[in-house]
Amino acid sequence: MTLSRQDIEYIAHLARLEVSESDVPAYVDKLGRIIEFIDELGQADTADMVPMAHPLDMSQRLRADEVTESDERDRYQANAPETENGVYVVPRVVE
Amino acid sequence: MTQRLTIAEQSRLLGAGEASSRELTQASLERIAQHDEALNAFIEVTPEHALAAADAADQQRKAGNGGVLTGIPMAHKDIFCTQGIRTTCASRMLENFVSPYDATVVERLALAGMVSVGKTNMDEFAMGSSNETSYFGPVKNPWDHAKSPGGSSGGSAAAVAAGLVAMATGTDTGGSVRQPAALCGITGFKPTYGRVSRYGIIAFASSLDQAGVLGLTAEDVALVTQVMAGFDERDSTSSPAEVPDYLATLEASVSGKTIGVPKEYFDAGLDPAYADVVNTALDVYRQMGAEIREVSLPNLSLAVPAYYVVCPAEASSNLSRFDGVRFGHRAEGITDLESLYTRSRTEGFGDEVKRRIMTGTYVLSAGYYDAYYLQAQKVRQLISDDLQRCFEQVDILAGPTTPTTAFGIGEKVDDPVQMYLNDIYTVSVNLAGLPGISVPCGMVDGLPAGLQLVGPHFSEASVLNFAHLYQKETDWHQRQPGQN
Repeated sequence: MTLSRQDIEYIAHLARLEVSESDVPAYVDKLGRIIEFIDELGQADTADMVPMAHPLDMSQRLRADEVTESDERDRYQANAPETENGVYVVPRVVE
Repeated sequence: MTQRLTIAEQSRLLGAGEASSRELTQASLERIAQHDEALNAFIEVTPEHALAAADAADQQRKAGNGGVLTGIPMAHKDIFCTQGIRTTCASRMLENFVSPYDATVVERLALAGMVSVGKTNMDEFAMGSSNETSYFGPVKNPWDHAKSPGGSSGGSAAAVAAGLVAMATGTDTGGSVRQPAALCGITGFKPTYGRVSRYGIIAFASSLDQAGVLGLTAEDVALVTQVMAGFDERDSTSSPAEVPDYLATLEASVSGKTIGVPKEYFDAGLDPAYADVVNTALDVYRQMGAEIREVSLPNLSLAVPAYYVVCPAEASSNLSRFDGVRFGHRAEGITDLESLYTRSRTEGFGDEVKRRIMTGTYVLSAGYYDAYYLQAQKVRQLISDDLQRCFEQVDILAGPTTPTTAFGIGEKVDDPVQMYLNDIYTVSVNLAGLPGISVPCGMVDGLPAGLQLVGPHFSEASVLNFAHLYQKETDWHQRQPGQN
């Protein structure tokens, strides 16, 4: 199937990416070619197949509910673009 | 260019007191200074850190506490988190990111005494097969600077091939260790999924990602894998299976063993001259007494489409963490939260990363999930079953690593599907989580070709054994760029 301008804008919104007006034709073309390519999957007979999410047959490991990490807030926040009094700063969301 | 030294050779020099780690490290730093402006294999070189580690390694050897890897210079792909040293993943998004911790692989190799000289270039977030998607510019293939070294671990492959370091780490999600190894004429090994810890590797596609090693010989790769492999509590999919002694079985005879060659590997798409060198390599095994048997992977043509659904789906989810709030690039002058996310991501990610996020978002979106994502997961099972069926008949699979030798920089950038098809022989191995190695097996028009060997889950010892014996009988792995 081919992708429309509206499809590209909708996908970009879901992905929280901006597609500028001038980039739309390139996305319609390249993403369209990728979708056309993966459309080949529809030809496979997978009626009896169980979807494979993971290459190894393993179950989720559990551990005792104990504190294993120390407080490293300052070290971790050193990478943050903006912090104040130990919290991350973002534009105001509640007036 | 000076003769490259393997890890085994450097280790012998260090053990005999014929060279110090400081000398080897300085020599490596000098070669980087001399050649890397042209190659662009490194994103960051860390001489001070390296020389301090080299001195510590020399002390350790003097005190009699050194191991086989103690004091040997190497490099890490810039996807591995390194405490106190920038980890960029070749993205503007992480241009200034300094990890607060080391990846398990980094920690284990440092503990073994290896000396990291810097971080190697790669495709942005490991998304690419040519190294052209790096925010820091493409890497050049040491055999021909107009050609791509492959990707995504292209910087690691170029650095090893050019003799800047004897070994570099890589990650392999769809062929990112084996493909650049093949295109640069070196040895590249991806162990079984879960064999090496993913902790501290910036996540791309979590059910496919696996750390690997790029080196000059299968023996070197075995020495390093021995240290990297093993259970890690901090990786939820780390395997608890015991790590065997890979060196102990390196010389074992393969006489009487069977090698399966999937007939579909030689169908359309494979360069006939490349097919010839692979067939010649198979003859080497015949002479060792191994039996070559034709097998079939009937769904091979679906592997790349299935991969390019599963992989972007997981990537779109993993990369949602980049929001301009906790770490990474943040757009300036933004007054609402929604725009902060969107602007930061749009400015921080490059074109191919955006395409993969968009593709992944699309295949997971309402109305398309069943047709694409669920269907791809079913095809993944189909492909995995085909491979398992082969291993009921043969001990190992062999074939070409790539359909052609190195392609030109700029040659495939405008057509993503053509670029993706370059991964035809490598992606099924990741979909099924198997171990695979690429070893140099000949030259086509002056460029190296790779032989790929793939074994069942956790058969690392056998894969390394097959690769090592081939290298004892051939000298393709000793060919180096600039010498004939």
